[in-house]
Amino acid sequence: MHSEDNANNTGISPMKGLASTLAGKQQEISITEFFEKNKHILGFDSQSKALLIGIKEAVDNALDACEEAGVLPEISVLLERTDEEDEFHVVVEDNGPGIVHHMMPNVFGRLLFGSRFHARRQSRGQQGIGISATVMYGNITTGKPARVMSKTDEDVAWVMDISVDTKKNRPEVSNDQPFIWPGKDHGTRIEYYIRGRYVRGKQSVFEYLKNTAIVNPHARLTYTDPDGKKYVFERATSRMPPKAREVKPHIQGLEIGDIMHMARETKQKTVRNFLKNDFSRITDYVANEILYLSGIDGDADPASIGREQARDLLKAVANVKIRAPPTDCLSPIGEELIKKGLKHVLEGHRPEYYAPPVTRSPTVVNGNPLIVEAGIVYGGELPSDSQVTILRFANRVPLLYQQGACAITKAVESIDWRNYGLEQRGGKGIPFGPAIILVHIASTKVPFTSEGKEAVANIEEIQKEISLALKLCGRHLKSHLNKKEKKKKTRAKFEVVQEILPQIAEKSANILGKPVPDLSRTITKIMNVIWVEPFSQTDKQGLRHIHYQIYNYTNKAKSFMLHSALPRSCLNESILSENLVEVKEDGKTTWQFLNLAPSESVELYFQLDGEMADVFDETAIFMSGLDPAMIIGADPLPGDWGIKGMEINEIEATVKEEVEEEVEEEIEEEAEEEIEEEELDDDY
Amino acid sequence: MTITEKQKKVTEELLNIVKSIYTQLDDGQIPHLELALRSKKNIKFDPQKNVWIYGDMTTSRSAKKIKGATLMLRTLYMVDFIRDMIENQHSSTLREMYYISEGWGNGKFHNQDESNLLAEDLEVITHCMREDFRLRPEEDGARVIGDLTLIETDRKGKRKTINCRDDVGDSGYNIPYNVEKDKVEIKSVGADFVIAIETGGMFDRLVENAFDEQSNALLVHLKGQPARSTRRFIKRLNEEAGLPVVVFTDGDPWSFRIFASVAYGAIKTAHISEYLATPAAEYVGITSSDILNYDLPSDKLTEKDVDALKSELKDPRFNDEFWRSEIEAMLEMGKKAEQQALAKYGLDFVTDTYLPEKLSQMGILL
Repeated sequence: MHSEDNANNTGISPMKGLASTLAGKQQEISITEFFEKNKHILGFDSQSKALLIGIKEAVDNALDACEEAGVLPEISVLLERTDEEDEFHVVVEDNGPGIVHHMMPNVFGRLLFGSRFHARRQSRGQQGIGISATVMYGNITTGKPARVMSKTDEDVAWVMDISVDTKKNRPEVSNDQPFIWPGKDHGTRIEYYIRGRYVRGKQSVFEYLKNTAIVNPHARLTYTDPDGKKYVFERATSRMPPKAREVKPHIQGLEIGDIMHMARETKQKTVRNFLKNDFSRITDYVANEILYLSGIDGDADPASIGREQARDLLKAVANVKIRAPPTDCLSPIGEELIKKGLKHVLEGHRPEYYAPPVTRSPTVVNGNPLIVEAGIVYGGELPSDSQVTILRFANRVPLLYQQGACAITKAVESIDWRNYGLEQRGGKGIPFGPAIILVHIASTKVPFTSEGKEAVANIEEIQKEISLALKLCGRHLKSHLNKKEKKKKTRAKFEVVQEILPQIAEKSANILGKPVPDLSRTITKIMNVIWVEPFSQTDKQGLRHIHYQIYNYTNKAKSFMLHSALPRSCLNESILSENLVEVKEDGKTTWQFLNLAPSESVELYFQLDGEMADVFDETAIFMSGLDPAMIIGADPLPGDWGIKGMEINEIEATVKEEVEEEVEEEIEEEAEEEIEEEELDDDY
Repeated sequence: MTITEKQKKVTEELLNIVKSIYTQLDDGQIPHLELALRSKKNIKFDPQKNVWIYGDMTTSRSAKKIKGATLMLRTLYMVDFIRDMIENQHSSTLREMYYISEGWGNGKFHNQDESNLLAEDLEVITHCMREDFRLRPEEDGARVIGDLTLIETDRKGKRKTINCRDDVGDSGYNIPYNVEKDKVEIKSVGADFVIAIETGGMFDRLVENAFDEQSNALLVHLKGQPARSTRRFIKRLNEEAGLPVVVFTDGDPWSFRIFASVAYGAIKTAHISEYLATPAAEYVGITSSDILNYDLPSDKLTEKDVDALKSELKDPRFNDEFWRSEIEAMLEMGKKAEQQALAKYGLDFVTDTYLPEKLSQMGILL
């Protein structure tokens, strides 16, 4: 479950303040003992939370370890009741790289093992206190040790029982022995007993795993709940997320204690070299500037840096221009995979719309690079009469507690969602409607409100980033809703021309004893649109069939082009047709249709095959060569498309006429309302 | 009985609507129907006819949208239905037509208000009357008692002579839904004037007190907001028989509107004010000053009453000195009174004192 490196990374930052406190005042008790007495600091503050946090530590570490080793994660979680009251048996198994035999006791049985707190890398582990805390909590509450099995590339696997000696903060190992693990190439399995309470709903193990699956579409998760019911979250992609790179800390994001600690641990011999080599973006020039402003001797031993000096350094740093830290070390989920993850897990709700997810450019918050990503899912069978669901993630880990205190929630609440088609009382607060809002924050150090690491701190820049990402998603949502409304109106026209008008024609002809008049010209006048009707279907082989039916409901023959950005890897020969003009490198595809006669329609069909096929949104179709006002079901070609549209630009006189008629109709409607009002007056 | 010239004309007018729709469709146009805008904004006083009629503002019902197209389809079915009734000498109630529309495809009515409104629309377009379409309202007109002799042609075509005092019981002669000449003829009149009464209670009081004989009056019950046939009947008594008409109602804002619809024409039916309104009708009471002068038991005006009075101040029909001062006086004292409040001074007070006093002030009684 842990690679050594990963274990090192676990549970760094909450410790440092506490560690120094312990060093100063509470030397007589060990760190482990301290945590035993202050379980809430580890997140074990209630029985139901304890159960979840334990599993979360194990799964988060497993995911980190797999990614580290470049293995597609395959993780199973088993949760079952034992005969003891409130006691549960938990098993988490992964296919990670495994842990070498001699490291196993420390990884699982020693808190704060080997923390290098200044390592800066986007990882899940930085959010928890570590798997060893889970082992300890299990020991304390049930008196039973944890059993750990692990296999690396070697032929032999090892199994041992581990508990934590809380007085000495040392692992106690028993039954340590090698064994042959049949069918297992590598991986780790941990079993432990824990007192806890099993809950369903928003803060359940199921919800945590489901949300984990959304932001980790490359993982396959299996969960067996206490009733024996098994859930499988299949992998949605076999594409591994890019590895997060480790970076040195940026001095502008650090505090006095951090500087002191780093100065004590550094291998550098002089303060100047310490500044230059242990921090990012500090050049000779910058180092000299800092030394000059702080009045510290650059040739001094870093060990000489005490509280005073550290404070002077930070004061100087505030007045020096230092380049922002590198941001390419982060690993955002990416727009495509967010969509894929959401689709994969939420398809059961049959949402009508997935707003294109947004991945913001990296920014720097408190000296740490940070990226905000957001997505919105709308409609279908999502409940429309309750508040929207907010899914919060930090470094691909779902945040399930303290929603109200989180910067993500605050950002959602501060947006006037009425502008984007959701209901909201007074334009503030969590909006209502059939929607799920997803926000992911990736950073080398996500700033949390407290040691519990359950809510992102309310920092202005973060809120602003979230807000910008959400507003962009919101605009997409609004544009979708507008299109839907426009289509609905046109559908009403369809009812007029297909049902009512023929009846009017027949009845009037019948009364007058005349032949039924031909309606095509009238129908064309009422519609006066080019109608694009998209339809898609996925067959059992996973092949996606995409159809477009294009109707000319105008009174002239029309020529136009259709454009779509297709996932190029999914194309096959079905794309070839007489209408196809070109398929570009990036998948941007153009078709041409010439002289489609009034009242006629034409079909466009092709297939998409492959993993990315379901990411394609068939309603994202664009048209050029026609007046945009007369197109329904397709968008005008955006300016940045990079394809030259057809040189046809007809804007017909009928359009103007139409506008006038609309105005008249509005007047008519008003007048009718007034009649009704009058009647009330008159009829008493 | 054969189809009369008038009925032929009605059929022709109705068919013109159908022809218009058909022609527009045949020309490849989006069919539409023009008709007068039926709103307070669009009523004006016609000095020649002395009534309030619709102005020149029109509205267009286009088949472009579902609402307009549905209305048009309904119109066609309704024309066909009326034509059929005229040919077969049937008639139906508006409610029956609502049920018959079950078979009209997308033109089916969803509630009865729709059928009532459409019937009125047809009147506006064809300049015919609902009665010409052989559509009748659910309720009959109201009752009449007094010395008036009519000849009514009954359903079997038999002409019956009826005296509205001697040939009827205590509930009087019931005004039929059709009071046109082909149905009801005025043979002779013994009464000196018509008194139209809002409430049944007061009508019965005047009957019991024999006010018709005592003052030689023709009593007409309005039954609240009077049905069309009642208004048409009153107009014929005024214009054909030369009888003065007075209206006796409660003293509240809604009663003012009842008077307005009798005397000036209602907004909803301004297209036929010419047939329905009796411009010579006069208001007896209860007036605001009656409440004070006779110290009548009164109720406080409700919020709705106040709104109604304020809306009347903006209604062009009430824009004269008498009504402005009446409405303002009522708003000022904040009170209203029922006509039966006169019973405070005994059951005979209304016939012995109130009406004789008021009517002689108006010059009706000498």
